[in-house]
Amino acid sequence: MLAYVVRRVLYAIPILVGINLITFALFFLVNTPDDMARMQLGQKRVTPEAIQKWKAERGYDKPLFFNDGSLTNTIFFEKSIRLFAFDFGRAEDNRDIANEIRQRMGPSLALAIPVFLVGLAVNITFALGMAFFRATYLDLWGVVLCVAMMSISTLFYIIGGQYLISKLWHLVPISGYAGGADAAKFVVLPALIGVFGGIGAGSRWYRTLFLEEMTRDYVRTARAKGLGEGAVMFRHVLKNAMIPILTGVVAVIPLLFMGSLLSESFFGIPGLGSYTIDAIQAQDFAVVRAMVFIGSVLYILGLLLTDLSYTLVDPRVRLD
Amino acid sequence: MPVILATDILIWLLVCAAAAFAWYCSTRPHLAAPWRKVFRSRAAVASGTFLILYLGVGLLDSLHYRPALSSTDPKARAVYGVEVHSLLDAALASLRERQERTYSAPLATRLYQKEQVEQPGGASVREFPRLRYGGAHLEDEADAPKDIALRALAGLAFGTLAWAAIFAATRRPLRRRRPDIPWNAAFAALAVLLAFAGPVAALATHYHVLGTDKIGQDVLYQALKSIRTSLVIGTLTTLVLLPLGIAAGIAAGYFRGWVDDVIQYVYTTINSIPGVLLIAASVLMVQVYVDGNPSLFPTSAQRSDFRLLMLCAILGAVSWTGLARLLRGEALKISQLEYIQAAHAFGVSHGRVLLRHILPNVVHIVIITVVLEFSTLVLAEAVLSYIGVGVDPSTTSFGTMINAARLEMAREPMVWWSLGTAFVFMFVLVLAANLFADAVRDGFDPRVRV
Repeated sequence: MLAYVVRRVLYAIPILVGINLITFALFFLVNTPDDMARMQLGQKRVTPEAIQKWKAERGYDKPLFFNDGSLTNTIFFEKSIRLFAFDFGRAEDNRDIANEIRQRMGPSLALAIPVFLVGLAVNITFALGMAFFRATYLDLWGVVLCVAMMSISTLFYIIGGQYLISKLWHLVPISGYAGGADAAKFVVLPALIGVFGGIGAGSRWYRTLFLEEMTRDYVRTARAKGLGEGAVMFRHVLKNAMIPILTGVVAVIPLLFMGSLLSESFFGIPGLGSYTIDAIQAQDFAVVRAMVFIGSVLYILGLLLTDLSYTLVDPRVRLD
Repeated sequence: MPVILATDILIWLLVCAAAAFAWYCSTRPHLAAPWRKVFRSRAAVASGTFLILYLGVGLLDSLHYRPALSSTDPKARAVYGVEVHSLLDAALASLRERQERTYSAPLATRLYQKEQVEQPGGASVREFPRLRYGGAHLEDEADAPKDIALRALAGLAFGTLAWAAIFAATRRPLRRRRPDIPWNAAFAALAVLLAFAGPVAALATHYHVLGTDKIGQDVLYQALKSIRTSLVIGTLTTLVLLPLGIAAGIAAGYFRGWVDDVIQYVYTTINSIPGVLLIAASVLMVQVYVDGNPSLFPTSAQRSDFRLLMLCAILGAVSWTGLARLLRGEALKISQLEYIQAAHAFGVSHGRVLLRHILPNVVHIVIITVVLEFSTLVLAEAVLSYIGVGVDPSTTSFGTMINAARLEMAREPMVWWSLGTAFVFMFVLVLAANLFADAVRDGFDPRVRV
């Protein structure tokens, strides 16, 4: 087990290096730092001195790979290798990115965790209901409703929910955030919308998993032995279907840290999602690079957790 | 003078390729049977009718030209305007040209905001001025509801007649040729469409049926123009996705060993990067490139078209990994089967085995993926455009429509029609695509043999 974990962690290193190379190529080879400087400083009448100054301030004036035999005093080392030590440098507004990320993690999680947990419970309940009433009109219309809900863009859920609940009924503030217990007031609406928007795709997918599980032999055996449909569903099918559900879910747990891009920016929650969006819109390359790196690390962590969770929930799976 | 945009060429090529693939399927029983099963489903036929209509609008919007400026001297060389129009623009010229000053509600006769109006006597009052075009033919504004009702009824009557004519003319021949297809579903879908299209078309000549936006442009026209953008993103992306996904997936599953390791490494790496961020970073880079090389793009249409094309390429380059993983698993299984071993024993080359024996046996996965991917991409476009890394702001798309409408949310009373229109047009498109995709999956997935 330990050996397996160590091997998987070692396997993650080349992947992280690859990600680093891709982002480096994207940010420094496709376009030169000069292009970035011109974009940041505005298009017209940029003097070469202004560009030089912009590059020098941010350390982009160094050579890409080699600097007189030294490998460390280069853009590649300063901007890419440093990421491995979680040293992200400074944003355009000269704030420390790592510090900013630490501060914004809280609000992101305050929204992402409720959405994740409640959403999971709601989706499983609906899916179980549809699977229980399979091949009836209830199931058919449930699926149709799911497909219809999947066909609505997240943007409409957010805009519609915000308009209806905040603006029309004045139940919660339209946007904003406060620390501590006050956070609940601001988080409840985006969380509800997040859960609601995920019902369509989620319950339909879990319904498929339940139905697949119900074709197994042990289900037929249980029925043949005279077990009631309820007992079969809750005691056997639910437990076994939880294996694919849980292992699928484990992969996204680390990514909860990244926050939700759309909800956070619509509702003015100062989390990592809105940080990312602001950085994209302000074309702050240092922040985007940092978020790409963190996201990748979390994704790889999710993969590792998925593999480990297989052994925990399904004793038939052995890692070696 | 015809103008050929890069996306136009590709979209027409794709139509040709789809036609060729349809012909290929019809000659191969193992592919024709699943398609027959797909089109036996009522939902697929009905949603297919809607999709064909959307496709028609999109294709009409994919033939561009620069209109000749009218000149009085017949011998002079024709001068062409700088604006690029499409055939759809020509068909909808009345919608495009009748521009108001700013917002107006659907079917309104007056502007949505007060303006200083000069009275004949010289005094000026603040009031909601009459629209330049919407309901301008009315002498008395009080007649508007009656006029609208009459026109809508006439349109409905015309729509019904058109439907009845189509129904009477095509029902028998269609039934006789393909009795297994539930044509009634198609006719029902057509009836719903014409019931809406008839009144809308009848009203559109004298009113702004869905209102106007901030610069006074007709919202119905914008929605129809957005269809092409959605279709381009949903389909052209597959041009990048398919070659990458198929080649990588099959090669990894068939050759194994170090080839498999390398390909798995590449797609795990790409998968690890958060999709939105990778797309955002790439689009920012494209933007820097476009801004840095203005000489390559003489017209703004070409510039926004290049960005649209690059967006498709980026989306394709990000999303091929799912297909590759599916195909790798399938190719692993297939390459163990006896007939592949027999082919090896006969000395068939690797390339030939891949092309003749493996590829045809994974086509069903490719078809399911392409169809499923379409609706995801249409939805993704709206979100990306909202973030600011989608299509060029000058391209009309559902994303840019929503984005513009969102800024008016705080207005009192609210401007809801742009948002509502984008919602309805997008919902119908994505729902039809999802229902069709479901039918295709049921038809092609070997596990669903009920």
